[in-house]
Amino acid sequence: MSRQMGDSHRRFLQTMMANGIVDEQGARTLYQYCCETHNTQHAPDKLDDFIDAINSNLQPMFMQIRKGMSEDNGHQFYALVNMTETVVTRMSSDYADNELELFRKTMDLIVVSENGTASSTDVLNSADTLTTKKLKKSETEHLLNRLVHDKWLCENRGEYTLSTRCIIEMEPYIRAMYQEQIKVCHICHNIAFQCQICENSTCGIKIHNPCVARYFKGRAEPRCPACEDFWPHEIPEVRRPQSQSRR
Amino acid sequence: MSQRKRLSNTQSSSQSKRQSGASAAQEENDDTTFTQPSTSQVQRGMQKLTPAQVDQKTAEVVQYFLVKDQKKIPVRRADLVKHVVKEYRTIYPEIMKRASRTFDQVFGLKMIEIDAKNHMYILINKLEPGDGASPIKSPTNPKMGLLFVILSVIFMKGGVVRENLIWNTLKKLRVDPGEKHEEFGDIKKVVADEFVRQRYLEYVRIPHTEPVEHEFRWGQRADVEISKTKILEFMGQLHEQDPQSWSQQYREAHSVSGSTQPGSSSR
Repeated sequence: MSRQMGDSHRRFLQTMMANGIVDEQGARTLYQYCCETHNTQHAPDKLDDFIDAINSNLQPMFMQIRKGMSEDNGHQFYALVNMTETVVTRMSSDYADNELELFRKTMDLIVVSENGTASSTDVLNSADTLTTKKLKKSETEHLLNRLVHDKWLCENRGEYTLSTRCIIEMEPYIRAMYQEQIKVCHICHNIAFQCQICENSTCGIKIHNPCVARYFKGRAEPRCPACEDFWPHEIPEVRRPQSQSRR
Repeated sequence: MSQRKRLSNTQSSSQSKRQSGASAAQEENDDTTFTQPSTSQVQRGMQKLTPAQVDQKTAEVVQYFLVKDQKKIPVRRADLVKHVVKEYRTIYPEIMKRASRTFDQVFGLKMIEIDAKNHMYILINKLEPGDGASPIKSPTNPKMGLLFVILSVIFMKGGVVRENLIWNTLKKLRVDPGEKHEEFGDIKKVVADEFVRQRYLEYVRIPHTEPVEHEFRWGQRADVEISKTKILEFMGQLHEQDPQSWSQQYREAHSVSGSTQPGSSSR
């Protein structure tokens, strides 16, 4: 049953629609701002409840505000996602057929890779194998920039990864399409792209970098949570969400 | 994804059709094949369908509107019926009623018909801008600044201007229509094509001119979305002048009936 929405919910939703994704800290301050703007009660610990009310109304439209973790820094994010494939989606209106095909090929490369990245060289090479309409090198580069700008991909020194928003939105699709290749984090059980892998060949579990940081924090000798073998990778530091500067 | 692809196909073909403009007559024909069903037809149609089917179709219509709204392209009834409503056309009025209610109650948007002859619909924001700045900065479209300047010029010049006045004004602001602009690209295309398709501007040929000349007016979307009061306030600040000193414009800005007066300048 859908719950009653007020203007504070609608303003929150409009901001989510304009941005696609907002980090947890941003969502908290936005929640407060929306409540203050419309003189409704604001309870700092009720953000998820507030979002549930919006979601109960979005459900008939196959849309949802979903929470997920960034593989980069381990922070929580909220993304507005589209759960349907039967109707027009955001992407199909913004990208041509061959551009979507290249995006899918990039996703293929990222999913089968060890470390959840695809190099720009590999993406450019796969542009030659498009079946719809070939893309020139410059067109592919331009498209990659657009995909980064629209927050579907992230780029770091010529290496492309799936953005947090893309992973949150595409998770059901990726799970269905790549059943065999998919890797799941041993700690949080969500899909893992950028992760560390246990080097014991009979074990081989994967853990997100931020989950590694949290799990091994304060442990003298890191051991694999599954097979107890020594964990040979460098343990990253836990990255705290930047608290708002108060001056 | 294959579904997405197919839909994007139908969409792009309808868009290119509109761009060419040559098949406008044929498009009108598309629409005449659709006649608004009567109340009793709708009732009979509803009886043949399950509530879940009606909900599903309503959701598709809502999504279609939201996608079009991202580019500020008005929705034509003919396109909507042909690409989305399809075999549910007998209950079209009921689906539109429900979609409209969803925009109102869930999204804080209002669906309005801006062109009763060609049956074009747009969404406008019902929420006023908040007092303080939102903590989350939504990406803004830089072209809206360009549009605001053009609408201001037209409004201050009494509602209609020759195109040369617009091009010269922009040139003075270092937005030369003859050159490719870093941010906006082809200026003439943005102003005389994109803004026109979005119905922010009307661009009409002046009859019996040689060489051919055009004039600009406010489009139907601008009428319902852009506040003339806000434009006058902006002009007042720019010229350090009391908005009331432009008496004719001031009267017009404040004479529009309350129901159609846009509250917020734009989203």
